Amino acid sequence: MIATVATARRVLHQLRHDPRSAGLLVLMPSVLLALFHWVYAEQPWVFERVGPQMLGLFPFILMFLITSVTMVRERLSGTLERLLTTPLARGELIGGYALGFGLVAVVQAAVSSAVAIWLLDLGVDRPWEALLFAFVGSAVGIALGLLTSAFARTEFQAVQFMPLTTFPQLLVCGLLVPVDRMPEPLQWFATVLPLTYVTDAFGSLALGEGFAERVGDLLVLSAFAVAALSVASLTLRRRTP
Amino acid sequence: MPDAVDIRGLTVERGGRTVIDGLDLTIPTGVVTGLVGPSGCGKTTLIRAVAGVQVVRSGVVTVLGEPAGSATTRRRVGYVTQAGSIYPDLTTAQNLRYFAAVHRLAPDQVDEVLRAVDLTEVRDREVRHLSGGQRTRVSLAAALVAEPDLYLLDEPTVGLDPVLRRDLWQMFAELAGRGATLLVSTHVMDEADHCDRVLLMRQGRVIADDTPTGLREATGTDDIEAAFLALVGGAR
Repeated sequence: MIATVATARRVLHQLRHDPRSAGLLVLMPSVLLALFHWVYAEQPWVFERVGPQMLGLFPFILMFLITSVTMVRERLSGTLERLLTTPLARGELIGGYALGFGLVAVVQAAVSSAVAIWLLDLGVDRPWEALLFAFVGSAVGIALGLLTSAFARTEFQAVQFMPLTTFPQLLVCGLLVPVDRMPEPLQWFATVLPLTYVTDAFGSLALGEGFAERVGDLLVLSAFAVAALSVASLTLRRRTP
Repeated sequence: MPDAVDIRGLTVERGGRTVIDGLDLTIPTGVVTGLVGPSGCGKTTLIRAVAGVQVVRSGVVTVLGEPAGSATTRRRVGYVTQAGSIYPDLTTAQNLRYFAAVHRLAPDQVDEVLRAVDLTEVRDREVRHLSGGQRTRVSLAAALVAEPDLYLLDEPTVGLDPVLRRDLWQMFAELAGRGATLLVSTHVMDEADHCDRVLLMRQGRVIADDTPTGLREATGTDDIEAAFLALVGGAR
């Protein structure tokens, strides 16, 4: 536990020494939301429908990116190899990453939700629940970022994994076309991808439905995060060729 | 006293090439052992095998009485890789506090260690702004905070000012004086004179294992470089 918290603090310290990245991370989603709002100024119902779901996508995508790049850097610089020769357990390292970046994701989600709800008049009844789902979504992003970092040899490759892993999800997650109106094979595909559940939860929040409608999403996303984090910790091999 | 490291029949392949072939070796406790040889001779691979991060083809590496890389030995071994494996975007003190925490230690030692490696002045500077020599010392200090019983130091003196190099070797001797075991690699032959024992390594083989004086006497030479050449000549 000490080592997990220390790892979370360490990644947050690193981020604090890189204020430009930290600023981009926290503010970019709000800027993009505002731009989106502006683009659809003449068709406000589009923003009403898609805006809340975008609120859930940003933490996922950004955390995926920052985690995979940071982890590749850790592998390349030799710090990972060094950490693996210490008593630090792999789960503690992964848990520390999830905790540290998860906190960043909550701050980011809080800022973008506040901007969306109070400045852009987006209808989301339960801001606290929006934060909860943003956090769970980011945990899945962090987990997938850790997982894909195992397959990237360079930071450049890690960045390029983003379109590979997130674009198909963006297309089928229900953002563009509701899942039940897509061809059947795509519906199956959507069922096994985590972003679908993030989108579903935020869509349901926007409709003002009760929490009971979203319990399933929460469970599936949590299971996804735990599973991906566990698999990610297996990719951290103490011994390498 | 039992040996700190005991290696039996170690064979390592990297990239389809046999880097170490059937090596037997022991490293005594409480002394500074120098691992000396040209780049590419297998020093880093050998140190990695002792640290327990190297996939080995065959052989047994026992470290402090346990298999290399086991949970118990990880508490007692400090591994400093060749590329200063510390976080450039953290301050010196933040790096040390983190490495203390992963060893489950309170950060009480940090200031003392900073004094020992003469880094107090750059305590709160980000490591990326430090010189190469300072970074090397931060990396070393990150091992010192955990007070390990066995130090594995891969080329810790590369590119350093001679004064600093001398100070570091002095510190290694002091650590050994307090009972720690050190395995220090270097490609600078003359640095072997700072060690209690020297392992001369070439092409994955240990071609000599002796004290610096013993090595010079056995080969009838004046310095370690000449001894190395004499041994290689003899091997031919």
